[in-house]
Amino acid sequence: MRTIREQRSRLKLLSIVAVVALGTLAGNTVYAQNLRGNVVVDGSSTVYPITEAVAEEFRKEQPNVRVTVGISGTGGGFKRFAIGETDISNASRPIKATELAATHENNIAFIELPIAYDGLSIVVNRENIWCKSLTIEQLRSIYIEGSTVKSWRDLDPSYPDIPIKLYGPGADSGTFDYFREVVIRDGNVRSDMSPSEDDNVLVTGVAGDRGAIGFFGCAYYFENKDKLNVVAIDGGKGPVAPSPETIENGTYAPLSRPLFIYVNARSARKPQVRAFVTFYLKHAAKLADEVGYVRLPSEVYARAERNFDQMKTGTYYLDETGNPIEGPVSEVYK
Amino acid sequence: MRSLRNRLFVVVCVLATGVAAVVLVVLLGAVLYKGWDHLTIGLLTNAPSRRASEAGLKPAIVGSIYLFIICAVVAIPIGVGAAILMEEFPPRGRVMRALHRLVQLNITNLAGVPSIVYGIIGLTIFANMSMFPGLGTSLSPRYAMGVTWYDEFYDEAGNLLRVRTDRRDAPATVVTNGMTATLVTDTGVQETITVRVMPIEAIDALHDDEQDPSRQKLAGVLSPDAEPQRVSEKAWYYVQLPFGRGVLAGGLTLMLVVLPIIITVTQEALRAVPNTLREGALACGATRWQMVWKMTLPAAVQGIMTGSILAMSRAIGEAAPVLILCGIVYISFLPANLMDDFTVMPLQIYNWASRPQEAFHGVAAAGIIVLLVVLLSFNALAIFIRQKFNKPLS
Repeated sequence: MRTIREQRSRLKLLSIVAVVALGTLAGNTVYAQNLRGNVVVDGSSTVYPITEAVAEEFRKEQPNVRVTVGISGTGGGFKRFAIGETDISNASRPIKATELAATHENNIAFIELPIAYDGLSIVVNRENIWCKSLTIEQLRSIYIEGSTVKSWRDLDPSYPDIPIKLYGPGADSGTFDYFREVVIRDGNVRSDMSPSEDDNVLVTGVAGDRGAIGFFGCAYYFENKDKLNVVAIDGGKGPVAPSPETIENGTYAPLSRPLFIYVNARSARKPQVRAFVTFYLKHAAKLADEVGYVRLPSEVYARAERNFDQMKTGTYYLDETGNPIEGPVSEVYK
Repeated sequence: MRSLRNRLFVVVCVLATGVAAVVLVVLLGAVLYKGWDHLTIGLLTNAPSRRASEAGLKPAIVGSIYLFIICAVVAIPIGVGAAILMEEFPPRGRVMRALHRLVQLNITNLAGVPSIVYGIIGLTIFANMSMFPGLGTSLSPRYAMGVTWYDEFYDEAGNLLRVRTDRRDAPATVVTNGMTATLVTDTGVQETITVRVMPIEAIDALHDDEQDPSRQKLAGVLSPDAEPQRVSEKAWYYVQLPFGRGVLAGGLTLMLVVLPIIITVTQEALRAVPNTLREGALACGATRWQMVWKMTLPAAVQGIMTGSILAMSRAIGEAAPVLILCGIVYISFLPANLMDDFTVMPLQIYNWASRPQEAFHGVAAAGIIVLLVVLLSFNALAIFIRQKFNKPLS
């Protein structure tokens, strides 16, 4: 019975998509504008611009569906998601084991859907012409607690003797978490780093300080290319600078990360949530590019669409014992 | 030597005022310079957008005004009332005096608590009402008024069908052939129709019917396993307990933020009223209530209003407690009732200012100008009321 029902609902979905396509062509919007109800989204402020763009476009197709998007942060969003307060949770990192346990406790199943890439860019001052690339090990030696790197010369004898000044996002942000996980691995970040929750402040800081080095989301570098120099990162296969191409094809490693939406499986049965998520996956690539992020490889979107259609619940990023699984999204997300 | 000191003091005073004025002028100048080009009608009439040129504040402006009104209506009477009690009805007896001092100390301290703390308090006691577990959660409230529940189906042609149910937790409607339902079109027009239940094979055949591309024959047709979705229609006066993360909870949370300020300034204003007035009133045989209502309050109204204006200005500029309470930034509709979702201007501006695109920083500046205009117009209204009620003492 269950499988038949699911097949039927999939069939229905296909027919909805067909009618929507027909409707836009022939001006016939019988189904297209008839959905009602709420879609409640909360979570990461990094993912927010993409979801906002999707919600804005979705509104043109379904003006009677009320979509709200919040910015409580990835962790804050999961807290609400785990008690069923939200239909969709924006996340700038995969779900953690503790958060997964909280969803189990409340009998909440979810579908995990990657929607875009965000690259971490390492930037220096415009006058810094000496440092063109860094290895992950060098980056680690700069940022780790108890670091002996006080001046650029400590890093490389050919660099000038200019004091090195560190900038980075605050410890609450997903960006900071990701940097610590990938670059520092074990240990803490130096306490004399100048943190700011506002990445624009970091841009201004690095742009005004000759010895500065900082890291933040790529969108902020792409928008400020004329004010900053970017440092190519050598992850073992030669230095690569972040660009939409190198992030999408995976060569800018390991400093690019996927962004996700998590959809409550019970909510996914509601027609308006279904339509919203289907619309999201269909337009995520184009809209992510437009708001300054990088699209995922098309096969990842195809897998996400398939997983959503089949209501495949659970996460790809934790194994049975709750340990995180790492790797490029095209390999982990099947 | 004495006159030199005097001169020096005047110079310091002028400098101090000058610094404040210069900072204000620079701030306003920078905001106007950055935001002027983005100050369009669209900013007032559009919903948030990913494009800076189309981004608007409409839901946020309405949300802020709602919050302002709720906050003012609740906070000013409570605050003034509390201050009158503290000032005009001094306690007798040692225990009461000690209690009075304790309350006074708390009020003064509360005025300095960071507003984000009030956000958490507001979330707990207004939005979730965690102190009354019997009320249920904000998603499934125990008490609700002004709501009708429906089971919604989409028929095979994609029309929305509704069947009314009594309660939120009533058993799901079972599809039967010949049952009546309300068909709701996208413009909201409703008509009663009779539902036909057809076997899945027959429906599939009709779906494949090339002769009927708009699936007219499937209108009003449901499959036997059609699953309803429980939805609600809420009236404008919809109220629920707990309040949930809506406008009312937001306004009450801001009330917590401003209440200590209003109480403190009202006390100051009442203290400034000369005691001779009170003694005169009492000597003429007035009760304490008559004395307060006819003498001290009118004499203090100017100070009370000024303090309330300052407190309310703080309320309308707060982002932190609202971020904790609702955290919504993208919203395209206006609150339809007191429990409905909302956002406020400071939250929207905060989000725009932290975006990477330069153009959004301009929109943020334009948003600040709108916020200032809204704020100043409310203040102007308050000043107008103050002048209206102002009575000279003599």
